[in-house]
Amino acid sequence: MSIQESLKKRILVIDGAMGTMIQRHKLTEEDYRGERFANWPSDLKGNNDLLCLTQPAIITGIHLQYLEAGADIIETNTFSSTSIAMADYDMQALAYELNVAATKCVRDAINQFKSKHPNASEKYIAGSIGPLNKTLSLSPDVNNPGYRAVTFDEVVIAYTEQIKGLDDAGVDVLLVETIFDTLNAKAAIFAIKEYYRQIGKAELPIMISGTITDASGRTLSGQTLEAFYTSVAHANPLSVGLNCALGAQDMRSHIEELSQIATCYTSAYPNAGLPNAMGEYDEAPHQTAHFIEEWAKNNFVNIVGGCCGTTPDHIKHMADNVRSIAPRPLPIVDATI
Amino acid sequence: MSEHIHIKPYLRLAGLEPLVIRPETNFVNVGERTNVTGSKKFARLIRENLYEEALSVARQQVESGAQIIDVNMDDALLEGVKAMTTYLNLLQSEPDIARIPIMIDSSKFEIIEAGLKCVQGKCIVNSISMKEGEAKFIEQAHICKAYGAAVIVMAFDEVGQADTKDRKVEICARAYKILVEQVGFDPQDIIFDPNIFAIATGIEEHNNYAVDFIEATKIIKQKMPLAKVSGGVSNVSFSFRGNDAVREAIHAVFLYYAIKAGMDMGIVNAGQLEIYDEIEPTLRNLCEDVILNRNNDNNEATEALIQFADDVKAKGADAGRVAEDNNIKLAWRSGTVQERLAHSLINGITDFIDADTEEARLQYSAPLEVIEGPLMAGMNQVGDLFGAGKMFLPQVVKSARVMKKSVAVLTPFIEAEKERLKLASATPGGKSKGPAKILLATVKGDVHDIGKNIVGVVLGCNGYEIIDIGVMVPADKILAEAVKHEVDIIGLSGLITPSLDEMVHIAKEMKRRGMTIPLMIGGATTSRMHTAVKIAPEYNDGVIHVLDASRSVTVAGSLLNKDQKGPFLAELESAYLQLKTDFNNKKTIKQSLPYQEALKNKMPIDWKNFEAVTPSFTGNKAIEITDLSVLVDYIDWKPFFIAWELHGNFPAILTDEKVGEVATKLYSDARALLDTIIKENWLTAKGAVGFWPATAEGDDILIQTEDNQVELHFLRQQAKKAVGQPNFSLADFICPTTENKKDFLGAFAVTIHGIEKHIKAFEAQLDDYNKIILQALADRLAEAFAEFLHAKTRTEFWGYAKDEKLGNEELIKENYVGIRPAPGYPACPDHTEKYSLFELLDAEKHTGITLTESLAMYPASSVCGWYFANAQSQYFGLGKIQQDQVIDYAKRKKQTMEYITRWLQPVID
Repeated sequence: MSIQESLKKRILVIDGAMGTMIQRHKLTEEDYRGERFANWPSDLKGNNDLLCLTQPAIITGIHLQYLEAGADIIETNTFSSTSIAMADYDMQALAYELNVAATKCVRDAINQFKSKHPNASEKYIAGSIGPLNKTLSLSPDVNNPGYRAVTFDEVVIAYTEQIKGLDDAGVDVLLVETIFDTLNAKAAIFAIKEYYRQIGKAELPIMISGTITDASGRTLSGQTLEAFYTSVAHANPLSVGLNCALGAQDMRSHIEELSQIATCYTSAYPNAGLPNAMGEYDEAPHQTAHFIEEWAKNNFVNIVGGCCGTTPDHIKHMADNVRSIAPRPLPIVDATI
Repeated sequence: MSEHIHIKPYLRLAGLEPLVIRPETNFVNVGERTNVTGSKKFARLIRENLYEEALSVARQQVESGAQIIDVNMDDALLEGVKAMTTYLNLLQSEPDIARIPIMIDSSKFEIIEAGLKCVQGKCIVNSISMKEGEAKFIEQAHICKAYGAAVIVMAFDEVGQADTKDRKVEICARAYKILVEQVGFDPQDIIFDPNIFAIATGIEEHNNYAVDFIEATKIIKQKMPLAKVSGGVSNVSFSFRGNDAVREAIHAVFLYYAIKAGMDMGIVNAGQLEIYDEIEPTLRNLCEDVILNRNNDNNEATEALIQFADDVKAKGADAGRVAEDNNIKLAWRSGTVQERLAHSLINGITDFIDADTEEARLQYSAPLEVIEGPLMAGMNQVGDLFGAGKMFLPQVVKSARVMKKSVAVLTPFIEAEKERLKLASATPGGKSKGPAKILLATVKGDVHDIGKNIVGVVLGCNGYEIIDIGVMVPADKILAEAVKHEVDIIGLSGLITPSLDEMVHIAKEMKRRGMTIPLMIGGATTSRMHTAVKIAPEYNDGVIHVLDASRSVTVAGSLLNKDQKGPFLAELESAYLQLKTDFNNKKTIKQSLPYQEALKNKMPIDWKNFEAVTPSFTGNKAIEITDLSVLVDYIDWKPFFIAWELHGNFPAILTDEKVGEVATKLYSDARALLDTIIKENWLTAKGAVGFWPATAEGDDILIQTEDNQVELHFLRQQAKKAVGQPNFSLADFICPTTENKKDFLGAFAVTIHGIEKHIKAFEAQLDDYNKIILQALADRLAEAFAEFLHAKTRTEFWGYAKDEKLGNEELIKENYVGIRPAPGYPACPDHTEKYSLFELLDAEKHTGITLTESLAMYPASSVCGWYFANAQSQYFGLGKIQQDQVIDYAKRKKQTMEYITRWLQPVID
């Protein structure tokens, strides 16, 4: 069953945090390097995407835990798998390979899950396209507001390579996520549109997820939620939604607004509350799930899940709580003004 | 629940903020000055690399009301791609400009693409066309779509630029089909520019250009209703270069007809748009002839306009305009009496209302028909404009004043008519069905009524008969009056928290008495949640929380419409039920500490190194201000505007794009009234202030007066806090008894006397507008007095911050040391502590303030509170408290649990 058909029938659950789960393994520099990069000149600890190549069993294991918890959509571990983000580790050349390997980790996990649960519902792979560590709308130099650390064309090239990797390896959806600068997202959308137009292949469905950074209700690059939605609507996305930065409590009014204006499906995967004084997320699984359940009942969402600090336990509670709730019906776009 | 939302296919654009072009948006101004081909100044700044200065051109456009700005860098001497990139990147760093969408304007597609790469919002590309064939057009359209831009399509094809109506329509229709069917463009993202060419050039073929544009626009909008039409307006008057007065008139007349034909947006000099109605009539007529190509055989109209233009130039354009000013202004007086009444109502003009009403009365067969006919028609227009956001509350209140004056003229005749009919027909009990009646009251114990008055005015404007029975009205009287007047809706208002319980009580009473009138709940302290959880369950025939005055109209409308009422109440009931369920569920999540543990987690203050500043006196003292001008600088205007439902910061609100004009008018009216108040000594400010030695024991503060010891009781936050975050109580800010050191606590109460007489006078003049301004000003003055007294306390009376120097802004932001929390507010929500505060201050004697049974202060414009001087003292919200603290608090206050529970109800979990 295609993801579009599933979304008509029910609320889909996307997985939770990857970083939190990797931390639990307490990996060392050597673990990150594996055999292949034992002599790599720069430090590699913290390059979580690299683990798809050096510790694929760990990544596959995490995906499997989320599948067991009830997730329908699993994100590839490719948040930073672009030549631009990988430049921090001098690993630009690995970008394509990382995307392919990461997709394989999810595929392996789904195959293992299916062999255990042959009657389980369809699972989908979402190719994660992160925001990059350089922004197109903001100058990193306060004295020179017109300066940009990267160009639109460079961003498009980097994203196109990532998209090719994900597409070649067979993801089901492309997920442009944690968008804090809409222009970066627009470059990703541009790359997707032009990539498929050039190779003459049907586009994969696009999921878009923005980030409202604080109480101002705006993205980091200064747009209001409606302005953000208007600026990415041309992607003709499968879904649009919000993730990261906020816990469910603070995200509620924004997802409510989005559910009123978006003509496509809506998604929300908040953090597990706000970090406490120690920088840890301590919202309990049943608490997060309670918020999500209320959103589901109010027809705010079609896809739910978790971002920073969420665990398979959070996802399990969410999946249990939304299972019997009808999904948000798609708005009707009138033919006339 | 699973009803589909409907979304309209509007053109939606975005800068940092969205711009949605709806049918009621009217005409969208696209600022034209950031164009090197159109503005010499802008071109020079760009050529000389003065980009920063060039930004101010954009800013000026935004400030003048441009809703989109057009940026064009097509100059042979410029590197277009680089100039566009540099300028747009800089523009994106200016939030006040980047707020609005950008139109990227170039005849070179590479420059357009360079621009699209810089802007995060949804832009308009200006323009693409088929002049180089379909293939190129399609390729460019695909690229624009991939960037998510709307496009302007110029009526230009392989043959050339369209000049006749038929060619314009033909090219646009062809382009539309290609874009929608082959490229997959959303029709609403297509904007046509059917070419505005210069008229009155002396060349006869040009004379019909404006007509061609206008008629083509009409057909394009009929055939392709979702698409938009735009154009460069200044082209049309090109032949009058150098004569701005005539050019502006031509633009205004042209736009008047083009907009009527369906033109949605245009590139204009946003700062210089003339209003059609305000053009001097001779000039306007000449412009109409030229634009509509009337009386123009052998270029006669053109010649006449050119002749006139020369005359104007000779005279000096401005002088000519001023001379005609008075005639124009009163032009509306030549309309029919119905038109004049509508004009007066909409514009809030009372000057002619008596005479016009009398004239109308003589035209109609019965005086009531004047109300039901032209007056209601006018007020309906006001209601519609208000609903559409085109009028704002202060204007509506003025309209209501005009309405009231007109009705006052008619009333004696209506009464006489009634008498006559009674005598003639003598059918007792046969009552005529007048307008629906709504009873409004502020509940027992509460004296606040600004919001209630505004609701009354707005509902009155919408044709309801308002029965306002005032403030502090007991339940019994509210319900008896409702029955007596046979009202259709009861509206309750309240500002202080005890009013919430009174509203619950009234709902219960209504049920007990078997009433079926729906109940509307409003006022600052009320909420949808409280209504759903506490009031709605007590009454079955409709309890509706109304957020503000503007919503009261739709709520009343739904309640009084036979067909809508049932579904409306059913929907509301399920929404409230949901809220209630959520509320109950949520309760289990909040984590709280046992009171004894919260008490241990108090605010850590280093008392070992603490040294209190001794106030200049102890005990209490009266303060009276007769010259209120000293308070003016302490006024915080923001809440004044909020009272009028104008939200925004002061003074920015005065220049706000949407409400700026109204806010400015309101502000100048308020300042004028304030001047009168001060000059004629309408009001007096009375206050009391006092200081006493104080020490803290747990959550109590012990006050030592000259002859007595007084215990004050405070409450402590009980929510579980993050590590390192204390559970606050105000008692934490006073040195504990165990430290054996001196510390002090202060208190104050202030009020504004003398408002009643003037309220009555305004009421007698049927002037709700000034009545509400006066009430709101009295509130502001009381707050200003409190601020003034606090400053005086800090620098003089107590003197713990003798060197403090703060501006008004810093005062409003509370950038000072020490706090002045009020009993009944978030840090100390127990209103009953006001008894102790009043006793300590001798407040009744010194200030004349009395406390109602709900512990509201009367006069309503009063403020009281405690003074804490400790540098670490801060405002906080108590949040919910648990039963263990309630028990402890009752013990400390030596009161029954019932008494304490009643007063603390809103904060008990």
